[in-house]
Amino acid sequence: MTAHHDATLADSYNFAYLDEQTKRMIRRAILKGVAVPGYQVPFASREMPMPYGWGTGGVQVTAACLTPDDRLKVIDQGADDTTNAVSIRKFFQRTAGVAVTESTVEATLIQTRHRIPESALTAGQILVYQVPIPEPLRFLEPRETETRKMHELEEYGLIHVKLYEDIARHGTIATAYAYPVKVEGRYVMDPSPIPKFDNPKLSNSPALQLFGAGREQRIYALPPFTHVVSLDFDDHPFEASKAPHDCDLCGASDSYLDEVITDDQGGRMFVCSDTDFCRVRQEAGHLGAMAVPNLAGSA
Amino acid sequence: MGAVDLSIWANVNEATPLLSVQGLCKNYGARVGCAHVSFDLFPGEVLGIVGESGSGKSTLLSCLAGHLKPDQGEVIFQTAQGPRDTVVMAEAERRRMARTDWAFVHQNPRDGLRMGVSAGGNVGERLMAVGARHYRDIRATAVDWLGRVEIASDRIDDRPRAFSGGMQQRLQIARNLVTGPRLVFMDEPTGGLDVSVQARLLDLLRGLVREMGLSAIIVTHDLAVVRLLADRLMVMKGGHVVEQGLTDQVLDDPQHSYTQLLVSSVLQV
Repeated sequence: MTAHHDATLADSYNFAYLDEQTKRMIRRAILKGVAVPGYQVPFASREMPMPYGWGTGGVQVTAACLTPDDRLKVIDQGADDTTNAVSIRKFFQRTAGVAVTESTVEATLIQTRHRIPESALTAGQILVYQVPIPEPLRFLEPRETETRKMHELEEYGLIHVKLYEDIARHGTIATAYAYPVKVEGRYVMDPSPIPKFDNPKLSNSPALQLFGAGREQRIYALPPFTHVVSLDFDDHPFEASKAPHDCDLCGASDSYLDEVITDDQGGRMFVCSDTDFCRVRQEAGHLGAMAVPNLAGSA
Repeated sequence: MGAVDLSIWANVNEATPLLSVQGLCKNYGARVGCAHVSFDLFPGEVLGIVGESGSGKSTLLSCLAGHLKPDQGEVIFQTAQGPRDTVVMAEAERRRMARTDWAFVHQNPRDGLRMGVSAGGNVGERLMAVGARHYRDIRATAVDWLGRVEIASDRIDDRPRAFSGGMQQRLQIARNLVTGPRLVFMDEPTGGLDVSVQARLLDLLRGLVREMGLSAIIVTHDLAVVRLLADRLMVMKGGHVVEQGLTDQVLDDPQHSYTQLLVSSVLQV
């Protein structure tokens, strides 16, 4: 990989930080994950130069997938400009020298924390999720040996107990993120803490979706066009919920919104959590209730 | 002779045992857990197993329920598809049977309940494990079962932590019986409860067992429990069955010296 070095790179790093043997090991885990959709493949997670919880799993998967020709996009809660996204993007600029972008459409590899981009993904793109706790049954059954056995034998009654408890306590399935899904009628999977609004986008996506959990040392995957179902009850069906508003900047009515407190007088606004989606819409002339036309650039 | 109605004999021959145990052995290294246990349990029958601590009662029960793998012997259960040896059965199948046809009531309700899940969720878990996906039906069944074990229906959303010991034990029983099992294993179901609560629990158990036509195997060291619940009794000592027979017969006319000791050591109030 030394051929891809150039003067701007820190020469002491191998391409994309990890050594080739580690990348090989991670790629083998990814291939196994792709072959068995939704199955959590153990891998020997490495120490990364960032703390656990900052996306060490996602970073390792990204490092193993990157090629010098890739165009990388990193998002954190939908935004391209928050600390986590900026530091991971910089990390790969420095250690791999790949091109970066904020545009979902132009990116070939997107590392994400807690969101799926609003604009539809296309064939050839790879979406890498950062996963804190890969085991959907963890808070119901603390024994790892037992949860593995339950996955093995397809004993998934317990996951519905979690949804039952939600309805019993809140009158509706109140789980709003990390909503459990069933993959191809076999494995129950934690889709990482994405809002359940994004759950339908998991299913039948043309892009390859990879999940990396660094601390828990697990990788799992959804190959393109995998059938993914959000679990529910017959009389309490799954609902992809969002704040009942339009975006105050771009006016979008179909995107996932963040609520932003603007002052201490109760002022607030709802904006798209996907900053790239919002920017593109504003540039195309869509304006929301609180948008300032000059700032949008095109008006 | 051709006119003789033989159908009554056909019925007798049909009475195959629900559970048939042949030469069951389990050793812990050089120590004997239980040795050469054989018995038949017929549908609707309640078998009591008594003996002192360390006599192999719980080991035997664990082997029968599939929690431990016996070293030798067969445990043949009459499944819907015919008799099957549960020892050599695939684990997936054994676990499926454990949550449909069988039930296991632990001595300590904390072992058998999910303490972080509400009473309704505890009762509903087995239903959801066998495919119930309708919330209102699950809840209605849970309310019905809480009623049957005398827990007020307004406690359905409370966690077992908030329940007394006796209520926890009754909740555990409801959770186990909700899928209509045919065979119930009970490991000292009244251990750790005070005497008046024990009496109520026994009353309840007796009612449920009779009403649902359950077969049950009850391990206990409390002779009053077996006198009240069990049709037949097995006395164990040092891993061996030293005496078995009808409960009243064994208790009223004990033959083995250990059984005599056991019966005579009960305090008469």
